[in-house]
Amino acid sequence: MKIFGENSIKNLLIVIAFSALTALFLILAFILLEGLPFIFNIGIKNFLLSSDWQPMAGKYGIFAMIVGSLWVTLGAIIVGVPLGLAGAIFLAEFLPRWMMRIIKPAIELLAGIPSVVYGFIGVMVLAPLIRDYIGGPGLSIMAASIILGIMILPTILSISIDSIKAVPQSYREGAFSLGATHWQTIHMATLPAAKSGIIAGIILGLGRAIGETMAVIMVAGNAVILPGSPLDSVRTLTANIALEMGYATGMHRQALFATGVVLLLIIMVLNYAATISIRNMNRKV
Amino acid sequence: MINPRFTQVIAVLLLALATLFTLAILVFIIGFILSKGLAHVDIDFILSNPEDMGRAGGIYPTIIGTLILSTLSILIAAPFGIGTAVFLTEYTRESRVTRIIRFGADCLAGIPSIIFGLFGFIFFVTTLGMSWSILSGSLTLAFMILPTIIRTSEEAIKSVPYAYRDVSFSLGATLWQTVRKVVLPNALPGILTGIMLSLGRSIGETAVVIFTAGSSLRTPQSLFDSIRTMSVHFYILAREGLSNEKAYATATVLIISILAINLISYWLMIRFISKRSG
Repeated sequence: MKIFGENSIKNLLIVIAFSALTALFLILAFILLEGLPFIFNIGIKNFLLSSDWQPMAGKYGIFAMIVGSLWVTLGAIIVGVPLGLAGAIFLAEFLPRWMMRIIKPAIELLAGIPSVVYGFIGVMVLAPLIRDYIGGPGLSIMAASIILGIMILPTILSISIDSIKAVPQSYREGAFSLGATHWQTIHMATLPAAKSGIIAGIILGLGRAIGETMAVIMVAGNAVILPGSPLDSVRTLTANIALEMGYATGMHRQALFATGVVLLLIIMVLNYAATISIRNMNRKV
Repeated sequence: MINPRFTQVIAVLLLALATLFTLAILVFIIGFILSKGLAHVDIDFILSNPEDMGRAGGIYPTIIGTLILSTLSILIAAPFGIGTAVFLTEYTRESRVTRIIRFGADCLAGIPSIIFGLFGFIFFVTTLGMSWSILSGSLTLAFMILPTIIRTSEEAIKSVPYAYRDVSFSLGATLWQTVRKVVLPNALPGILTGIMLSLGRSIGETAVVIFTAGSSLRTPQSLFDSIRTMSVHFYILAREGLSNEKAYATATVLIISILAINLISYWLMIRFISKRSG
């Protein structure tokens, strides 16, 4: 009846357990092998610090896109953090448990909506509003920031709720016993104690914003220029890859993989920062 | 100094407004798409082939494409994800090895989808010569959803009480028998929640699918055929301005599928929690 013995099952599981690491290794290896030689070929400085992107003319500078990615990510933080954090405080501290159990999954539903749908709403609703009432072409840093801010809101909200809930009850009792109001307790005792968890949530949101592709392609306008104002069109690193991958060959394709390498580096730095914050949170609580 | 009670009222009011605003955004997005699209969705739209690049007709092949691609990616990723979770929780203690495995899964979770798309293109499509196909697409998506399945399965398995295992061992069951007959059945709703979440992610994914499965509008005949998913179809309709009416209708079907998936996983989670605490 027995096909596998206990030991062979254990060995099989060990092999399976390394699947995620193997996947990670394969991804890094193939992206780096395809992108790194290109970067060294044309020179790190020419690649990272020039804004001249004309693949047909052999010019591959992605500075404008790095700046573009940073702009929309910063904008997403400005939109998403206050909303996400406020929602988290309200749900965790002021609503009864059963209401939180209904509203939290509803807000998390925002994370399930496909990014193309966000992009479409951005094009049909948001961009015309910005064009008519604020100015510029509509498809802009501002449009991308608002859409991305909404997209990363559920990440920030969920993680913030978890870290606020993880603050020991004794902290709150201590503040109450000193005569603090509920709000004073929150911003003087609870939030400082939950800080590193909230920061980790914000960093993960940052990572999502900088890596988002389809929604940004649809609403950011994609012009390769150094933006001067939030109403200007920008192209992000991700948009650059997705827009040109369809027809790129040879050096041009390698340049897109090299763009991917830069994106990966930025994400890795962010993830490292998030891991450190989470570790701090665990140590404290 | 301002009265702290007054400050509190203002603060709570602002927090409540922000929460309401967030909920309003959700309602607006879903309401906007449904109100513009629902009128154009009928049985014919779902069951007929697109005509004239999607300007007319239905979206049948893209529904088939979405179903095949996301189901296959789950079938590939689930054994690896659940197996990893079983190994981490049942077969080993916390050690450097488990930390490295978790670190790998966390890193994988943080990689943006466009990078998965690039990788799938260079590895499956080009290097392994699978071209733009269902197989390339679902393998790449499987890489992408693996960390979600690992993490949710691990949580689900961890929440099975130790007493269950003790009883099983005391009856003379081996470790694997305990895992198969006691731990996994009890963790199943939690594991399924993770699988539903991953399903939602594969259905909504666009960039990865275009890079690895292509965007052919024909109904596929084999795993080596290119396909188009609903998300890709919607993107192409909207981006190339082919037909706003069809774009809204496609988005409606997409949103309803996502809502259904989320409702099912929510229901599973509630069941799981009430079973645990009951």
